Amino acid sequence: MKVKIKVNGKLFDKHIPNDMMLIDFLRKYGFYSVKRGCESSNCGLCTVWVDQKPVLSCSYPAARADGHEVTTLEGVLPEAEVFGRVMASMGAEQCGFCSPGFVMAVLALKREIPNPTEEQAREYLAGNLCRCSGYASQMKAVMQYLKEGYQ
Amino acid sequence: MFTAKTYLLASSLEEAYDALQKNKTNTLVAGCCWLKMTRKRIWTAVDISRLGLDSIVPDGDTLQIGAMASLHSLETDPAVKGFAGGILSEAVRRIVGVQFRNCATVGGCVWMRAGFSDLLTALLALDTTVCLYHAGQMPLDEFLTSPVKKDILTHIIVRGGQRRAAYVSMRLTETDFPVLTAAVSLLGEDWRVVLGARPGLAARCERAENALGTGDRDAAIQAVRDDLRYGGNLRASEAYRRQVAGVLLARAVEKLAGEGAAE
Amino acid sequence: MNTVNQPIPKIDAQALTTGKGVYTDDLAPANCLIVKVLRSPHAFAKIKSIKTDAALKVNGIECVLTYADMPKIRYTLAGQSYPEPSPYDRYILEDIVRYVGDPVAIVAGRDERTVDKALKMIRVKYELLPPVIDFEQALDNPSVIHPEADYFNNFPIGGDVKRNLLASGGHSGGDLDAVFSSCDIVQEETYYTKANAQAMMETFRTYTYLDHNSRLTVVTSTQVPFHCRRQIARALGLPKSAVRVIKPRIGGGFGAKQTLVSEMFPAVVTMRTGRPAKIVYTRQETFAASNSRHQMRVTVKVGAMKDGTIRALDVYALSNAGAYGEHASTTVGLVGSKSIALYTPEAYRFHYDVVYTNTMAGGAFRGYGATQGCFAVESAINQLADRLGLDPAEIRLKNIPKQGAAMPAYLDGPLSSSRLDECIRRGMEMIGWKEKFGICRSDGKTARGVGMAITMQGSGIANIDTCAATIRLNDNGFYTLFIGATDMGTGCDTILAQMAAETLHCPMERITVDGVDTDHSPFDKGSYASGTTYLTGMAVVKACTELCEKIRRQGALKLGISLSQAAFDGDQVVSTLDPAQAIGLEPLAQQLVVGDGEWLQVTATHSSPVSPPPLMAGFADVEVDLGTGKVRVLDYAAVVDCGTVINPNLATVQAQGGIAQGIGMALYEDIQYNPQGKMLNDSFMQYKIPSRLDLPDIRVEFAPSYEPSGPFGAKSIGEVVINTPSPAIASAIFQATGVICRSLPATPEHILLGMAKKQGGAGA
Repeated sequence: MKVKIKVNGKLFDKHIPNDMMLIDFLRKYGFYSVKRGCESSNCGLCTVWVDQKPVLSCSYPAARADGHEVTTLEGVLPEAEVFGRVMASMGAEQCGFCSPGFVMAVLALKREIPNPTEEQAREYLAGNLCRCSGYASQMKAVMQYLKEGYQ
Repeated sequence: MFTAKTYLLASSLEEAYDALQKNKTNTLVAGCCWLKMTRKRIWTAVDISRLGLDSIVPDGDTLQIGAMASLHSLETDPAVKGFAGGILSEAVRRIVGVQFRNCATVGGCVWMRAGFSDLLTALLALDTTVCLYHAGQMPLDEFLTSPVKKDILTHIIVRGGQRRAAYVSMRLTETDFPVLTAAVSLLGEDWRVVLGARPGLAARCERAENALGTGDRDAAIQAVRDDLRYGGNLRASEAYRRQVAGVLLARAVEKLAGEGAAE
Repeated sequence: MNTVNQPIPKIDAQALTTGKGVYTDDLAPANCLIVKVLRSPHAFAKIKSIKTDAALKVNGIECVLTYADMPKIRYTLAGQSYPEPSPYDRYILEDIVRYVGDPVAIVAGRDERTVDKALKMIRVKYELLPPVIDFEQALDNPSVIHPEADYFNNFPIGGDVKRNLLASGGHSGGDLDAVFSSCDIVQEETYYTKANAQAMMETFRTYTYLDHNSRLTVVTSTQVPFHCRRQIARALGLPKSAVRVIKPRIGGGFGAKQTLVSEMFPAVVTMRTGRPAKIVYTRQETFAASNSRHQMRVTVKVGAMKDGTIRALDVYALSNAGAYGEHASTTVGLVGSKSIALYTPEAYRFHYDVVYTNTMAGGAFRGYGATQGCFAVESAINQLADRLGLDPAEIRLKNIPKQGAAMPAYLDGPLSSSRLDECIRRGMEMIGWKEKFGICRSDGKTARGVGMAITMQGSGIANIDTCAATIRLNDNGFYTLFIGATDMGTGCDTILAQMAAETLHCPMERITVDGVDTDHSPFDKGSYASGTTYLTGMAVVKACTELCEKIRRQGALKLGISLSQAAFDGDQVVSTLDPAQAIGLEPLAQQLVVGDGEWLQVTATHSSPVSPPPLMAGFADVEVDLGTGKVRVLDYAAVVDCGTVINPNLATVQAQGGIAQGIGMALYEDIQYNPQGKMLNDSFMQYKIPSRLDLPDIRVEFAPSYEPSGPFGAKSIGEVVINTPSPAIASAIFQATGVICRSLPATPEHILLGMAKKQGGAGA
C-alpha cells in the first residue's frame, strides 16, 4: 500500500508491504539511528517520536504513520549533539547501541515534564534498557543536561 | 511478527466491523505490541486509529475512555489522575516504559483479558462497563468471563470517581509483569477487593469485601487466601502467590486509609 | 600526566550519541542475501531426513543447505589462542542435534519474508534420543552427547567424552587433611549459579562477501577478529589467507562475542553462491542459540581457627558445558584460581569436572568462572564469619595477601601490586559498615542488612595472550594507531589513544585510531580476559616509545646535529644546546616522504609471563520486604584497585556496569529450562535484566596501586567488576533476615519461604 509519512520534516511517499513496522520503514530509508534490540517491545532501543510522542517503532505499523510526522534522532541532531557531549563528558555512553533510543526518550522527557525530579526522570526513562553502564552515569548526564536548560 | 495481506485504515466503525467479519483471520490492530509478537497470518489488518476513539471524557462521577486511548494518557490526563484517587494512573505506571504505554491502548488491554493486566485489576475495583460496537454494553466482570466473539470494543465507561481507591502490585523487577496485583476501593461501607495476576484473571473476593465492611482486616486477608484460586508459573509458585495475596490486600487497605492511591 | 588518568571523552561518543550508522547491520550492502537458520526443536536427536525441495522452489530463495552440504571438518568456535584448550566438537551442520536451537538448515533468499516462508517448508524427520538436561545427571549418563569418532582435543584436558566428561583437573598445595584436622572449625557448603545471559543490546550479526580477489570478507560483531578468521578458515576448509575479518562498532559483548556465533552461516552462503549474505540474530536466538555463563555447582570446604585465620580451602566445581565446549575447560579453572588465593591458606585443593548436557553451550561471560567461584567462596567465608561471630570485613583484612606475596592457587604470578586492604577499609566507610553491620534494622515491614565480598581477576592470560600495536607518523604530522584490540563499547580505542598520546607527548586530537581488519591490523588476541589495557596498552607504549626515538633520530639527521643533543618534546625535535635549531613534527614528517626519507611506522608486540590481579571490595546495603521477600539494593559501594586508572570516567562506568550485571545475577536473572530442554526465558520479557528502577546509584572509588609490569602502572578492570554483588547481596540478605541463599538468583520466594521456616510458620 501507499503511505505518505513525513520523517524529520521530509515527506516519504512510498509503497510498503502492508504489515511493515515503522522501524523497518525507517531503516530501509536510511535512518540507521533506529536500532532493534528485541522482539518483545521491552528494550526501548527503537524509540522514535510520532507527532512528538515517544513510541516503540517496532510496534507501530508504518501504515498507521501515514499522514503523521515521525522524528528520529537524525531529526533532532542539534539537541542530540549537545546532550551527547554532556553524556561523553561524564563517561555515560559505552557501546552506544541503546543511545539513540535513550536520547529520543530524554528529549521527549524534556518536552513532556519540564524540570523533572531525578525520580521522575528515572521513571520516564525506565523503558530504555542499557546493559553497559549501570545507568548511574546516564542519570547524572540527564540531570546535568536538564539543569543546564538547553532548548 | 504477523503478516497481513491488506491493511485497512478504517474510516468508520461500520467499515471496521464489517471488515472483521469478512475473514476468519481478520484482526483488529490496536496497540500492536502484543499482535506483533504473534505469527498470525492475517488477511486484513483492521486499524481503528482514525476514528477518534482516543478521547477521555469526564462526566461527574464517570469517565468515558475511548478504546484507542493510550495507557500513557491515563497517566497524564487530569481527569483520570483525579478519578478514584488516581487508581487508574497508578495501575499503569510500571508497565514496561513510556514509549510502550504510548502504543498500548486501553481497549487492547481490556479486550486481551490477560491475567497479568494491572489495568483490569484496577477497573474491576470500580464500576466499569465495556462498550462493544455489536454486542452493546456489558459490565466488565461479565465481559471478562464471556466467550470471545469478534467485535470492536469502542470505549469503557468507568463509574465511581468519588470512591477512595488504592492499587498495589508485587513485581520481581520494577517494570516486569506483576507477580500479583491488588486493588481496593471504598464508598461509604461498600468495599471492593480485587486480586489479579494470580496468575489468573483479576477477580473480586466477596468475603473479603464483607469482612472489610465489618472492619475485620484479618478475616479479609484470610478470605483472599482461601477463596481465590492461585497458580504457579515462571515467576512464582501458587503457595507464594497465596501468601502474598494477603500481604498485598493489607497494604492496599493501608494505602487507602492513609492517602488514597497517590504515592 | 596529560592524557593518562584523565577523564577523556570516548573518541567515538559523538558518533554513537548522534546515531551514526556505524554498526554491522548499518554497513551491510543492500543486496545481501538474507540468511536464516532452521533450528532443532529437540534437545537431542538424530536427523533421519531433511526434505528441502519445497523450500527451494520458493521464489527468491537462493539456497537451502543441510548437513549433507557441509564439510566434515570438526572445529571449535572458541575465541581462544591456538592451540585452543577447546574440544573440536562442532560441524557447521550435522545430522545430530544436541540442544533445542541447534542449527539444522541454512536458508538464504532475497528478503526476510521469502526466507521465513521457505523455512516453514523444510520437512525434517527426527529420531529422538534421550536428552540430558540436568547437569548433575550428566556424568556417566547412558545418553552420550558426543559419540562422534572425529571428536578431538589439541591436548589432553582431562576429558572422557564417552562419560560426557569434557574436562577435569585441578591443583593443590600443602597437606590438606592435616590442616583440616587441626582447624577449630571446618565448614562445607554447596552453591549453585545459573547460565546467565550476557544480554548485550546488539544481537549477533554478520555479513559476508567475496572481494575483487574472491577472498571471503567477513564483517561481524565480534570480540575476536583474528580467532574468527582462523576458525572460519578451518571450518570451511579454506586457507587462512583466503579469509578477511573486519570489526566495525559493536553494541556490547561482555564475552558473548568471544565465541563465533553468527559468522559461519552467511560465510557458507557466500562461498556457495558467490553473493553477499547477511544474518542478524533475533533476540530469541541470542538468548537461546548462542552461549552463556556456565551453570555451576561449587562446593567449598573451609577450615579456620576461632580467631578467623583461614588455613585450608577445598573447592570442587561441577560445570555445565552445555552441548559444546568452547570455553568449558578454561572458565572452570578460574573458579578456584581466582578465589582461593585471596585467603593465603596453608593448604588448598581445587578440582573440577566439566560435563556435556543437551542445553545451550556455555561460553565467555565477564568474570569467566571467577564470578561463580567468587559467589561460592565469598559466601562460604561470610557464613564462616557468622558462625565464628566475627566481622566478615575483618576476616578479610586478617587473611588477604600482602603486596608482593606469592599466592597459593593463583598460578600466574605473585601479588605484585595491591591496595586491597584499603579497598576494604574505604568500602566499609562508604557503606557505613561499622554503624550497620550486625545491627538489627527492622521496622517490622522491612529489614535492612549489609554484606560484603572481595574479589580478584587477572590481566590478560599469562604466557598466551599476545597483542601488537602499530603507530605510524603520517606525512601531515598526525599519527595513526593501528590495533587489533576490539572496542565493544568499553572505550579501549580511547584508552589506547590516551596511552599513545601520553607517550608521544601530544594531544589526543593528533591520533586517529584505526578500525580492526585482519588484513591490515596488527595481531591481537582480541578483547577478553581483561587484557586490552594491560597487554595491548603496553604494546602501544612500546611502539610509541620506539617511534619517539625514531623521530628524534630523523630530526637530528635533518637538523644536522648529533643524536646526543637532540630532544623530541612531542611537537618538535630541538637541539638541547641551541633551541633555535629545531624542526617541527609536521615539516619533519613531510620531509620524510620526499626524496631520501624514511617513512616512520613502528610495530611492537607484547605478552606477559604474569597476570597481575585487579582487586575489588564490594559492599551492599539491602532492604528486604518482610511481607513479600522482595529485595531492593539501596546502596552499593565498591572500591577498585585496577592499578593506575587510565581514564577515571570510563573505569567508573565499567565498574558501575559490571556491578549492575552482578546485581542482576544476584537477584533477577533466572534462566530456566523445561524438562524437554527448551529455554523458557528467551526474551527480555521473561529474562529480566535490571532496569534503571531496579538499581541504586552505584558508588565507585579507586584505590590504585602501581603495577610495575603494566603500562603507566595499570592492570585491568573489565571483568573483576561483576563478581562481588552476588555474595555481598546474599550476605546482606542473611544479615537482614537470617535466610541463606546458596543458589542464584536469590528470589523473593526463596527468602519469604526461608523467613517462614525460621518463624515456624507463615506470617502476614
